[in-house]
Amino acid sequence: MTAASTPAGVGAPGSGKPSGQPGRTAQEERAHRARGGPRQDAERSDRARAEARLGWYLAGPAFVVMLAVTAYPILQAVYESLFRFRLTAPDEREFVGLENYATVLSDRVWWADLGVTAFITLVTVLVELVLGFALALVMHRAVTQLRGLLRTAILVPYGIITVVSAFAWFYAFDINSGFVNSWFSWVPGIDEDLNWFAGQGTSLVVIIASEIWKTTPFISLLLLAGLAQVPTELEEAAEVDGATWWQRLRRVVIPNMKAAIMVAVLFRALDAFRIFDNVFIMTNGANGTEVLSLLAYRTSIGRLEIGLGSAISVLLFVCVIAICFVAIKLFKVDLAGARGEK
Amino acid sequence: MLVLASAGVVGACGGESGPPTLTWYTNPDDGGQARIAEECTQEADGAYEIEVSVLPRDASAQREQLARRLAARDASIDLMSLDPPFIPELAEPGFLAPVPQDVADRVSEGVVDGALVGATWRDELVTLPFWANTQLLWFRTSVAEGAGLDMSAPVTWDQLIEAATTQDAYLGVQGTKAESLTVWVNALVESAGGHVIEDPEAEADDVALGLESEAGQEAARIIGEIGSEGLGGPGLPTADENASLTLFQGDRGSFMVNWPFVWRAMNAAVEDGALDQAVLDDIGWALYPQVLEGSESRPPYGGINIGVGAFSPDVDLAYQAAECIVDPAKQAEYFVSDGNPPAASAAYDDPEVQEAFPMADVIRQSLEQAAPRPQTPYYNEVSTGLQETWHPPSAVDPDASPGRATDLIIAVLRGESLL
Repeated sequence: MTAASTPAGVGAPGSGKPSGQPGRTAQEERAHRARGGPRQDAERSDRARAEARLGWYLAGPAFVVMLAVTAYPILQAVYESLFRFRLTAPDEREFVGLENYATVLSDRVWWADLGVTAFITLVTVLVELVLGFALALVMHRAVTQLRGLLRTAILVPYGIITVVSAFAWFYAFDINSGFVNSWFSWVPGIDEDLNWFAGQGTSLVVIIASEIWKTTPFISLLLLAGLAQVPTELEEAAEVDGATWWQRLRRVVIPNMKAAIMVAVLFRALDAFRIFDNVFIMTNGANGTEVLSLLAYRTSIGRLEIGLGSAISVLLFVCVIAICFVAIKLFKVDLAGARGEK
Repeated sequence: MLVLASAGVVGACGGESGPPTLTWYTNPDDGGQARIAEECTQEADGAYEIEVSVLPRDASAQREQLARRLAARDASIDLMSLDPPFIPELAEPGFLAPVPQDVADRVSEGVVDGALVGATWRDELVTLPFWANTQLLWFRTSVAEGAGLDMSAPVTWDQLIEAATTQDAYLGVQGTKAESLTVWVNALVESAGGHVIEDPEAEADDVALGLESEAGQEAARIIGEIGSEGLGGPGLPTADENASLTLFQGDRGSFMVNWPFVWRAMNAAVEDGALDQAVLDDIGWALYPQVLEGSESRPPYGGINIGVGAFSPDVDLAYQAAECIVDPAKQAEYFVSDGNPPAASAAYDDPEVQEAFPMADVIRQSLEQAAPRPQTPYYNEVSTGLQETWHPPSAVDPDASPGRATDLIIAVLRGESLL
């Protein structure tokens, strides 16, 4: 991603033509370089330009598709959010400027949902990071014969469709069909009459637990890739110096895979912030468990209020951008570093 | 993608050599509507073919899909199975093709009152009544006797609350935050002589609610009492119709308000060996409980009507097909096969119906008394607003809940508040 680490990458197209000399064609430029500059320089510039062109040829189609399927809908949503428009009253469409945003941001429901969403994001990411790291260590260190089996077992939850896993967890905890109450009745606070989905706290426990079960494999997979990047020599050297296991982990392994950890956290946080399926299936937002994506869904799809719903979606998008911004600028997440380009 | 699209076009053209195909979007059932579609295709003798396309399970998901497609002027929607509360929302913007006068005259003859009201919008028939649903009061005879209740006469909610308290039993009511809760609230308000909405045909900005009244308070009192006394069992805040049935069949089952599908479900459970014959033998039925002693209850009304899409290229044929579908003989057959009660009064006299559903006459009477949910194009807002403020049942307060619901719904309809 960063121009510095990829000399022949995206940053290259402008390099052959300095902005200070506007009237000069590419041919003149090349001649100028051949005359004045060292010969090597002109050669590299040619190669860079060719590679840049190849880069565009290769990435171009994907770039166009991305624009069509992401930029267009986002712009459309921004445009729609400026109208008061109900799908079943197409003739009453009316331009209202930023009024929809004012309605959303001045409503208690938005802030309550934002709080619930942020809470779920924070708890799931923290727990998953610790759990995922432990699982990654297990997968990394496992004996070769066991490795395949272990990795498969750990990855199974991630392969299950979210809606299916949400239903499975729902029926396990449901007061009529669930088995959790009778299996865990020895735990204080759990008995046959506990209705998990009747209160905010208990509902959130189930929602968060199912989310953690489902997506920990994802984070541990990213961390496993990071672990594999840590040179074994470093660890061996530390061991020879008499470092304990804990010291090696803290001083050698974790600092060397910081980039992978930050990328894992960022990806998971973005994912967790857009949580929808679990809440939709289990409580449908009852008992103060509504999250922002569900609010956006209920407004645009349920109420068919396209304007208001688009405003919520745009605000949700802004929140996601903000998370990215904080992660990349403040925590200096280096996406290229995680790819092993450093 | 292009290849697929052009293949689709070729396929559609190829179909035109045969009879025109009408697509009927149905709610999921036990296969009865698909069978009726086949029968009508045969009876049409080449005039048209009906193809069934099944909608999502959930009534509100059915509405979402149909409303979105109709708003996009989807010409593939010829016939639709519609839940009555959502009909005004589709009728108001002209998404339903107008019913020809002669068809309207024929299909409204001999239809139970509740079903006719539910098929009408702004004094005109906009859909054809197909089957009509209503809730009955189901009871365990042993519990009713233990409480000393005479079930041959109408009973009140207060009597049920007292019986459940003294017998240490649970009442089967639907307290989950979903459409079922609105059904309950509306039936209570209507039975107490009020209306959730006073002027259903008003514009969004001037809708007046009738919850802040004695009727609204009575409804809130009953729900709040059942909720806070724990009479609905621990599952009440998440109980839908199936959960109520499970509770009713259990050891502490006593009384339950529910749709007639429970009768078929309980019989099937006995056949499968999942339920004791003794429980089934213990079960009785009566009209929906009264709120005010001596004044007739207004039971919930539901069911399915057949609507014709305004953008269908074959509106005339679609109405022919719709008339075939709602034929009383087919309604009776559908009742026996799928357990959904007919909208046509005559269908209840069918001997097969009488045998399969010993409570058929009570259902017919209940349908004559039934009150539809508020018929307004903003039904979804009204219903969700009610659920938002009247849930969980234990928190419903006669002094506060009606006012909270009114404030929220009015603010939402004016576009000043989220839902």
